[in-house]
Amino acid sequence: MSQREPAPEALQPESFTFSEAGAKRAQQIIARYPKGRQQSAVIPLLDLAQRECGGWLPRAAMDHVAELLSMPPIRVYEVGTFYTMFNLKPVGKHLIQVCRTTPCWLRGADELTATCRKKLGIELGETTADGQFTLVEVECLGACVNAPMIQVNDDYYEDLTPELMERLIDDLAAGRDVSIGSQAGRRGSEPEGGPITLQEVPDPPVVKTLDFDKPAEAPAEAAEKA
Amino acid sequence: MLHDRDRIFTNLYGQHDWRLKGALARGVWDRTKDIIHKGRSWIINEVKESNLRGRGGAGFPTGLKWSFMPPDEKRDGRPHYLVVNADESEPGTCKDRDILRYDPHRLIEGCLIAGFAMGANTAYIYVRGEFYNEASHLQIAIDEAYEAGLIGRNACGSGWDFDVYLHRGAGAYICGEETALLESLEGKKGMPRLKPPFPAACGLYGCPTTINNVETIAVTPEIVKRGGAWFASLGRPNNTGTKIFCISGHVNRPCNVEEELGIPMKELIERYAGGVRGGWDNLKAVIPGGSSTPILPKSICDTVLMDFDSLREARSGLGTAGLIVMDKSTDVIEAIARLAHFYKHESCGQCTPCREGTGWMWRVLTRMVRGEAEVEEIDRLLDVANQIEGHTICALGDGAAWPVQGLIRHFRDEIEARILSAGRSKAA
Amino acid sequence: MPKLTVDGKEVEVPAGSTVLQACEAAGVEVPRFCYHERLSIAGNCRMCLVEVKPGPPKPQASCALPAADGQEIITNSPKIKKAREGVLEFLLINHPLDCPICDQGGECDLQDQTMAYGGDTSRYRDNKRAVPEKYLGPLIKTFMNRCIHCTRCIRFLAEVAGVPELGATGRGEEMEITTYIGKALTSELSANIIDLCPVGALTSKPYAFMARPWELRKTESIDVMDALGSAIRIDVRGREVLRVLPRMNDDINEEWISDKSRYACDGLAFRRLDRPFVRKDGKLVEATWDEALAAAAEVLTKADPQRVAAIVGDQCDAESMLALKLLMAGVGTPHVDCRQDGAALSADCRAGYIFNSTIAGIDEADAILIVGSNPRIEAPVLNARIRKRWLNAGIPVGVIGPQAELTYPYDYLGAGPKSLQALIDGQVAFGETLRNAQRPMVIVGQGALARPDGAAVLAAVRAFAESAGVVREGWNGFNVLHTAAARVGALDLGLVPGQGGRDVAGILDGAEKGEIDVVYLLAADEIDANRLRDCFVIYQGHHGDRGAAVADVVLPGAAYTEKDGTYVNTEGRVQLARRASFPPGEAREDWKILRALSGVMGRPLPFDDLRGVRRRLIEENPVFAAVNAIEPAAWGAFGTPGELSDAPFASPIGNFYMTDPISRASRTMAECSGLLQAARTPMATGTEGAARPWV
Repeated sequence: MSQREPAPEALQPESFTFSEAGAKRAQQIIARYPKGRQQSAVIPLLDLAQRECGGWLPRAAMDHVAELLSMPPIRVYEVGTFYTMFNLKPVGKHLIQVCRTTPCWLRGADELTATCRKKLGIELGETTADGQFTLVEVECLGACVNAPMIQVNDDYYEDLTPELMERLIDDLAAGRDVSIGSQAGRRGSEPEGGPITLQEVPDPPVVKTLDFDKPAEAPAEAAEKA
Repeated sequence: MLHDRDRIFTNLYGQHDWRLKGALARGVWDRTKDIIHKGRSWIINEVKESNLRGRGGAGFPTGLKWSFMPPDEKRDGRPHYLVVNADESEPGTCKDRDILRYDPHRLIEGCLIAGFAMGANTAYIYVRGEFYNEASHLQIAIDEAYEAGLIGRNACGSGWDFDVYLHRGAGAYICGEETALLESLEGKKGMPRLKPPFPAACGLYGCPTTINNVETIAVTPEIVKRGGAWFASLGRPNNTGTKIFCISGHVNRPCNVEEELGIPMKELIERYAGGVRGGWDNLKAVIPGGSSTPILPKSICDTVLMDFDSLREARSGLGTAGLIVMDKSTDVIEAIARLAHFYKHESCGQCTPCREGTGWMWRVLTRMVRGEAEVEEIDRLLDVANQIEGHTICALGDGAAWPVQGLIRHFRDEIEARILSAGRSKAA
Repeated sequence: MPKLTVDGKEVEVPAGSTVLQACEAAGVEVPRFCYHERLSIAGNCRMCLVEVKPGPPKPQASCALPAADGQEIITNSPKIKKAREGVLEFLLINHPLDCPICDQGGECDLQDQTMAYGGDTSRYRDNKRAVPEKYLGPLIKTFMNRCIHCTRCIRFLAEVAGVPELGATGRGEEMEITTYIGKALTSELSANIIDLCPVGALTSKPYAFMARPWELRKTESIDVMDALGSAIRIDVRGREVLRVLPRMNDDINEEWISDKSRYACDGLAFRRLDRPFVRKDGKLVEATWDEALAAAAEVLTKADPQRVAAIVGDQCDAESMLALKLLMAGVGTPHVDCRQDGAALSADCRAGYIFNSTIAGIDEADAILIVGSNPRIEAPVLNARIRKRWLNAGIPVGVIGPQAELTYPYDYLGAGPKSLQALIDGQVAFGETLRNAQRPMVIVGQGALARPDGAAVLAAVRAFAESAGVVREGWNGFNVLHTAAARVGALDLGLVPGQGGRDVAGILDGAEKGEIDVVYLLAADEIDANRLRDCFVIYQGHHGDRGAAVADVVLPGAAYTEKDGTYVNTEGRVQLARRASFPPGEAREDWKILRALSGVMGRPLPFDDLRGVRRRLIEENPVFAAVNAIEPAAWGAFGTPGELSDAPFASPIGNFYMTDPISRASRTMAECSGLLQAARTPMATGTEGAARPWV
């Protein structure tokens, strides 16, 4: 897990503090949790810090979050290294995460990885010389019926083929707008060619339990009638 | 076939407006206040009557779970919490994602009703960190609901104060385990807690807490509105209601679909997913309920029903109802080796058997994919899996062991053949 | 009181017990790695699995399972045997099995339990994990390949020490125990994690590759590095003390010792006075015992008794202090003092100079006021006990004096006597807290007493303690925290100036003014010895430290590991230290030196053997009769009401790692001290140094 090691000292910034907007946002996040439970905000705040640091989490940022939340720094380092979305080293502008788990693998994840490697000229865990792309493999991203799929930064790109993958990389590199989600033109998780269920908008169901007002038996009758 | 009017997730594919206006048109937030006025025990009874079993994988009766929360007369001043598990990460499963992005109001309404039923004034929805856009939809929906007075102070005018907060994770399958989720929500590593104490007694921040899956919470408004008996009339006894199935892998049209529990697997795949690539006879095996459930060979798939009890009888499980379909071209050893890698990667590292055993299994399986193993190692591998199962704090160890056990149970001959042929080619 | 059966044996255990404790009560051994009585329950090693009926079919971790009435526990079934074998096999697949080169060998839980419960071979064929070593400072050596991830070290530092600097980063099989930042641990109790480590992952750096446990002679003794009298075990090979380990003593140190108690011992090998010296022509030259004793006897007998003085050191045993007292009585001088730091304590009222509530009494305290002390560096183990009490009961703590990071939160009430006066005058809410407490406690440190207005401070604290109910029927929460191991024993022996006698400051003044001609230093090094340069100085002690530098006669004595000695700790508890090895060269046990000197002087002391000395000790003060016991001291008058100054209280200890001749001679302590100095320079990140009590 090369991505889980901290970046070398030379790359670690001396210090980090949230931007003004970030600091405000941090306070909003902390307010979601009960008083004295501000530690709950550690993951959201690390995420915020990572966004402000260009996609990775320097140690100084973790120290800053620790101070903000009155946590021992080591407890923040533990969190920062436990969750895989925290990048402990700098990454490229586009962090390509190819899902490698069985459902995607069954539908060609390996080909996507191979395409990326060839196209970008980098191996897994590496960043292109121009700092545009970092390529990693990740475990299941939870879009299995749209396999194979990848995540680039915050967005999912689904139903990919090697050709679509190449085009996507080209578009991202060129800074063109890309549509997220299925690249095969599917809507969500519906079957290709359109759904065979839910083709019309059904009327909202009647709130039967209240209308009969006899909750124990009435719904059963209602169900029978239905 | 389930009639559309009995489908709960009427915007499953995002064909309609997912925001408040669209949700209202679909009946979400309809008479929620009146439901709340029916009282805690009425809601719990209705859910009990529906026989709803948790949709997160374990299938625990939801009404019973809610009833573990201290009733009003036994409250000790600690707040109660509802925590919604939206850390959907089980390979083969992508159903909660659709609820989050296309029907978030249904979930929020469910939070209010379920939260009220368990005496909670606060719900946290823990969404896996990778679901960034899904979480955005949910947050917008939460904001809309606050704006419309549906949640917040005097939610829906019911007199019940109810806050809903979104909390994003940051990449850890283990946080789908309910106590690991609580740890994560408290700002720690997602390491499962020892039980007892159980969350209903001592959960989030040491307070009574119930953790439910997204789908479980999202179906409850419809259950209490249409009646537990309506839900119970769908599916099969003890396996009632509808369920979102995710059909992935070697099918012609992978998709999610809401169907009745108990639908035959073959019908599910053929009717909704366009059938197995190359036809049913080209089927090799199916993982029926997400990666943790043992793989089933075609012979069982021919007839097995998709519900908790039928799949249990087949020595597998419904799990999250994520079917991973594999046709005859599949290297099942690698399919399971990939899952073994997944579990090795996702083990939190707390318990010895899981921390050490998942890596061991993955390494052996990786060699077996190439045939670089001894035939005796198959039994050894099985023994390792058995030594993990049941010996860990949480069920991740079990979930890592079951796919391996299933592989050996049904495909031992294939592993043996691989080893022998590799041995022969080496000798040659 | 749940009643249950363990392997058929019925036991009844206190409510709240775990199944593991019930098994122990039934005399059934349950193997474990992560479980430790004094740490929170982790339940992660899975070694203590047992079958429980009624319960789920899978085995349960007995360390975490509450014992319940009617449970049937099975620990000897084939299923459990297999489960234990399985866990051990898992632990060993990535363990290097490098026992032959491992310092833990011979005292390794993993080794022992593998022998008892493990299988005979490994079935793991793949490569083992390689984990980089971690830097934890000069005390703790890591071999992280051996780590079994029990997390005892993490829990100790977070819970007991209260300095959470270790964690487990990463996850799964890549989880690593680390500080992440690669800096030395800063807890004064850090090395206890070496003892806690059930394998050879954390071993002692100074002791690395020195010996095998079975080569060592083990002596149970008492620590003198602070005034707690912690129970220790001294491991010796030949003459050399190779290591010091804690022993269990729930009354004092539970099972912890400070890093100084553990690691100053290498100082026993350096800068030792191993033969007598006599100053000739301005230079100390080697001498025979006869020459040295004769030289000392001559000045002592010839001098005007009013111009002779004696100062007692901080690590002296009661036997030698008694001998000195009697010798000086024979000389006829009243100028004898044990309070090198000038603490304004009198020997008149014992309750006025001991830790009356006892150390274990902290476990009952429900409000604590600390005056003029930084217990974290003056008595780290005691500080950990206050922290434990705070963790368990969240008790309020107030501090007047140095504002230090104590590992628990406290109300800071001010820096010096003014704040004390405000408290006494009822202007501070914390006073109410103490008054309303059932078991209020006041801890007075030497920082409040070793100052010109010390007696007035003492009187003020006494008056406050009386008025606030700190001293009441069945509870005396008035506590003096000493830093010198010898101090209470010396006060018990009355080693304070007699009628018209000079105290330490007076002796030093007199020496400078030419009013004192001869000064006898009994291992007294915590003074400005240069002020004695015009006197004839007889130095008896074990290290070539400050005192020996100005000596005219050096009588080489024994360090605490080299003599059977009696010590009285800050609680007033009499304890016996035992000789673990012999003093080097011609050095001798101290009371014997004084006995020999008295003979040369022609006024032999009235004892010839240790039994005789000890009999005389009891005659001198009956408290010495009750070894290991504590008699409550009668409350009385002490302190002298007077003017309080404005000067803030300061802890008597600046550098925890160098407080006495032994630790000053220790290379290990020098290394720790260097890191401490470096850490005191401000850090770039800006996150260090702030007082942040971690919850």
